[in-house]
Amino acid sequence: MPNKDTIVDVPTVNKIARLSRLDIPEVNKENLTNDLNNILGFVAQLDEVDTSNVEPLASVTGHKLPLRSDDVNDGNIEDLVLKNAPESSSGFFVVPKVIE
Amino acid sequence: MSELLDFNLVEASKALKNKEISSLELTKAYLKSISDTSSLGAYLEIVEVKAISMAKESDKKLIDGTARPLEGIPIGIKDMFCTKNIKTTASSKILENFIPTYESTVTQNLWNDGAVILGKLSCDEFAMGSSNETAAKGNVINPWLKNKKMSPGGSSGGSAAAVAARSALAATGTDTGGSIRQPAAFCGITGLKPTYGRCSRWGIVAFSSSLDQAGPLTRTVSDAALMLNSMAGYDQKDSTSANLKMPDLMDYLDKGIKGKKIGIPKEYTQDGISEDIVKFYEKSIGWLRDEGAEIIPVSLPHTKYALPAYYIIAPAEASSNLARYDGVRYGARQEASSLDEMYELTRGNGFGDEVKRRIMIGTYVLSSGYYDAYYLKAQKVRRLIKEDFENVYKKVDYILTPSTPTTSFELGKKQDPLTMYLNDIFTVPASLAGLPGISLPVGLDKSGLPIGIQLIANSFDEAGLISTARVLEMSAGFNFIADGAAK
Repeated sequence: MPNKDTIVDVPTVNKIARLSRLDIPEVNKENLTNDLNNILGFVAQLDEVDTSNVEPLASVTGHKLPLRSDDVNDGNIEDLVLKNAPESSSGFFVVPKVIE
Repeated sequence: MSELLDFNLVEASKALKNKEISSLELTKAYLKSISDTSSLGAYLEIVEVKAISMAKESDKKLIDGTARPLEGIPIGIKDMFCTKNIKTTASSKILENFIPTYESTVTQNLWNDGAVILGKLSCDEFAMGSSNETAAKGNVINPWLKNKKMSPGGSSGGSAAAVAARSALAATGTDTGGSIRQPAAFCGITGLKPTYGRCSRWGIVAFSSSLDQAGPLTRTVSDAALMLNSMAGYDQKDSTSANLKMPDLMDYLDKGIKGKKIGIPKEYTQDGISEDIVKFYEKSIGWLRDEGAEIIPVSLPHTKYALPAYYIIAPAEASSNLARYDGVRYGARQEASSLDEMYELTRGNGFGDEVKRRIMIGTYVLSSGYYDAYYLKAQKVRRLIKEDFENVYKKVDYILTPSTPTTSFELGKKQDPLTMYLNDIFTVPASLAGLPGISLPVGLDKSGLPIGIQLIANSFDEAGLISTARVLEMSAGFNFIADGAAK
């Protein structure tokens, strides 16, 4: 982990915002950059811990995740699935035009 | 009406079964109480018509002798649980009009056992927060020292405030890093986070899937046992659900703790912890010793790294989980000419500041070039934290700690995000290890605010957790009622 006061700058914040698909107003960017640096600076203390022979732990459940049979099944609930969609038509979700 | 509000859950259940009271009158008393305490802002949605009809249904069953374990008990539901045909917003603007077409497993379990829904309770947006101030519709007020406008804690702030204010006989909560235990401590009530996998996550709005766990917020330990009996259970629809039968927790209320070993971790009495909390922590140790427990000093050496590891893992999982709010399938949409612009405006406009911060942190630590240094590192530290607990549980049965470093604080005092995160310093380690924990009130500090103490048990030992918590509860004899509670 980089161990300096400025871990991320505004261009990096712009890049993360883009990856996150978040519109961040220009006026908020400096504060957000500071907040992110404070948080990333805080979590950087993990560098002190020797983890050279440690396996990462992703799940605390002791059990193997169960598998179900791979059946194609749409649930037959098209109306319910579309019920909360901002826009739908003929059984489909509608989005702004993607191809000109 | 007032004596109806005096019954705790177990007492009310007995009175209902003995036909001393009806669910209809109990439910009406709580609906009135919701209206009397509405200035606290605990409820986002009240479902009066449904409540009355469920109460009438319960009364029939109480009369014809087919009453179920929670028959006729009016409860509140944290707005993180999907409730069929009842608005579920996770306290977020992006879900302000979301009406689920299905019911979460945990709430369905409660209705199957006869509980009556009063309404949906406010929380921090997507359960991200420790003060209930990140809720889109504004903060909830703690019923303790009501005029000073203290925080109820978070994220289950509405749930804790409602139980403390007697506008719900019990409530559901979710706990990712302390979101049941910290608000329970701030509001002078009992909050139990079960072992990860005990309650199904199906139908709960996802925040950090390897940590999220549902649990009850109640007035007493026995009430928590009765609620969790109904909430818990194996569910095929959640791949992390544990296929283990939980014993009837009501059988464990009076088992006592003679000969049990209680671990006191030296890492939990750090600088910055309030003097009054230390005093009641020491008292609690004494009470358990007096009841026959053996007190053993222990060490959980990686405790200080739990919070930094948590603030990598939880945001990483959140950034992935919250990708689903894209303005396409459900939730609010901000119109735009291109698809990408629609995503960005929808999400930029629909999420609050704290949620955006966590999505940004999560995206950063998962991004190419940083994944190993942050995310993988945090997962390794998570294993070390879990191993700390495993080592200690070779020597002791339960671990006793304070629930929070301070009691409640005033709302609206601008705090930087990092200071806010420190609220969860004592609750996050057990979350990372997936262990069950309970916070219960043991006293008041100098200003009259409740102090919570936390007990942590080994995986799937909710029964022993209940026995031990019950001993502590009886010794502490906490019987104060918040000044802002319904009369």
